[in-house]
Amino acid sequence: MSPSDTPENTTAPGGGNSGEAPAEGPLIVFDQVVKRFGDLTVLDHLDFSVAHGERVTLIGPSGSGKTTILRLLMTLEKVTEGHIWIDGEPFSHMPRGNGLVPAGETYLRMKRKRIGMVFQQFNLFPNMSVRKNIMEAPVHVLGVSKDEAAQKAEELLDLVGLGDKIDAHPTQLSGGQQQRVAIARALAMSPEILLLDEVTSALDPELVTGVLDVLREVAENTDITMLCVTHEMGFARDVSHRVLMFDQGRIAEEGHPDQIFGDPRQERTKSFLKSVLENGH
Amino acid sequence: MEFLQAQLPRYLDGAWITIQLTLGGAILAFVLAMLFGIMGTARFWILRAITTVYVEVFRGIAALVVMFWFVFAIPDMSGYELDPMFAAILALGLNVGAYGAEVVRAALNAVPRAQVEATIALNLSWFQRMRLVVLPQAWAQMLPTFGNLIIELMKATAVVYLVGILDLTAVAREVRTGTGETIAAFGIAFVLYYLIAQVLIFGMRLLERRANARLGRTPPSGGGLMNLLRPPSVGTRVGVAK
Ligand SMILES: Nc1ncnc2c1ncn2[C@@H]1O[C@H](COP(=O)(O)OP(=O)(O)OP(=O)(O)O)[C@@H](O)[C@H]1O
Ligand SMILES: [Mg+2]
Repeated sequence: MSPSDTPENTTAPGGGNSGEAPAEGPLIVFDQVVKRFGDLTVLDHLDFSVAHGERVTLIGPSGSGKTTILRLLMTLEKVTEGHIWIDGEPFSHMPRGNGLVPAGETYLRMKRKRIGMVFQQFNLFPNMSVRKNIMEAPVHVLGVSKDEAAQKAEELLDLVGLGDKIDAHPTQLSGGQQQRVAIARALAMSPEILLLDEVTSALDPELVTGVLDVLREVAENTDITMLCVTHEMGFARDVSHRVLMFDQGRIAEEGHPDQIFGDPRQERTKSFLKSVLENGH
Repeated sequence: MEFLQAQLPRYLDGAWITIQLTLGGAILAFVLAMLFGIMGTARFWILRAITTVYVEVFRGIAALVVMFWFVFAIPDMSGYELDPMFAAILALGLNVGAYGAEVVRAALNAVPRAQVEATIALNLSWFQRMRLVVLPQAWAQMLPTFGNLIIELMKATAVVYLVGILDLTAVAREVRTGTGETIAAFGIAFVLYYLIAQVLIFGMRLLERRANARLGRTPPSGGGLMNLLRPPSVGTRVGVAK
């Protein structure tokens, strides 16, 4: 793509076909994104965009590149080819001279503060209490005062139903509780975009509901844009504006959750949904 | 008994020198180990290369040779005399620091990648990540080996009599030549070395236990102080969140 191209003239498919999402330019644009690991092409000239406030669920078979998409957005991986834009500004790249070069660490630090991520394995810091897990980044990265951060930590813990665990140590919590703390930790940074990568799949079945309820509440009460990889079809149906079905690094099908889950058109979508139901995810 | 009464003050002076050498060397080694160990995990190859050179050079040369160099060669070349105590601490610190740097580097690299990724997701800077997450977690992993290194360091101080320092070993040698009581002369030194080592080991285990407690790991044998006199079981050291 030539450097003068802007995301406005990058025609991405979809772009929030639910009426609820505000009608501005897209927030996230993947423009011909290729990601390879060695010889393995994981994302193959991928185009898609996500509107402000839109909640998108990513589904697809194992290895289809869903995690890779979230990791690219969290800057944990770098694109091999193509560009990612956020709010009309280059994200995977930065302007230099008349062109774009791969983004450097300083640029990334500036850009990724709008984005938060919750991981499958929670990744709480075992060397800190629950309170510190939530407070440290706001204090050190955003420069929030300790009092203010502590108060926010309390509010967020109440929100995720763990107000009494503020002084606990992560190892004293169940998986479901740890994941709810991880959600609070991500929210404490006031992200505009929240990335959720199979956040319930490491949990015992009886703990899944609690975590999903928290996320439902976040979805209802905030306008955070969410990209969510999940096998929880009921949850996806409830909260997402749009579902993207991935297969072999490309979008096989996309649409409103009612359509994708109720009336899938592509053979691959049908067989994938069938296998998910059978495996009882 | 008379022998002990007569000679003990000299032994205690020697032991005090040994303790100073050990602690001085340990502090220097610790600073060097942290500095070069952290550099050894840097993104820029030049920093990693500096670490490699330091580690390979000072691991490969006996502390005694470095000590001779500082005490005899440098004055010859430059005319400046180095205080032998200072030279000995420098030599011991440089030597043990090289081993320590490898320990630090390995411990930093052993912090799970997922922890680093969580700090990136929270937009922490490199410095914040090190200070708040990586070093505190690596610390618990470094301590057992640091404990071994400080004992090695204490034992290595026994060569300093060769540059004329009156440490515990030097005192034992002098007492033996002066009195002819070989067994008693070295027996007392043996006991004092043993006591110093025990105190060091106890202190290191205390640090280790505190570090593990911070990571939410408690020793399965319980928390009594007496347990510190026994080596910690392997189970207390492993098992950061998968
Ligand atoms: N760092 C890496 N090095 C090499 N290959 C990788 C790396 N990360 C991912 N891959 C490969 O890329 C492909 C896509 O991985 P990705 O994790 O994005 O899939 P996914 O859709 O999230 O799958 P799952 O449902 O199993 O989580 C897989 O084949 C995976 O093995
Ligand atoms: Mg995945």
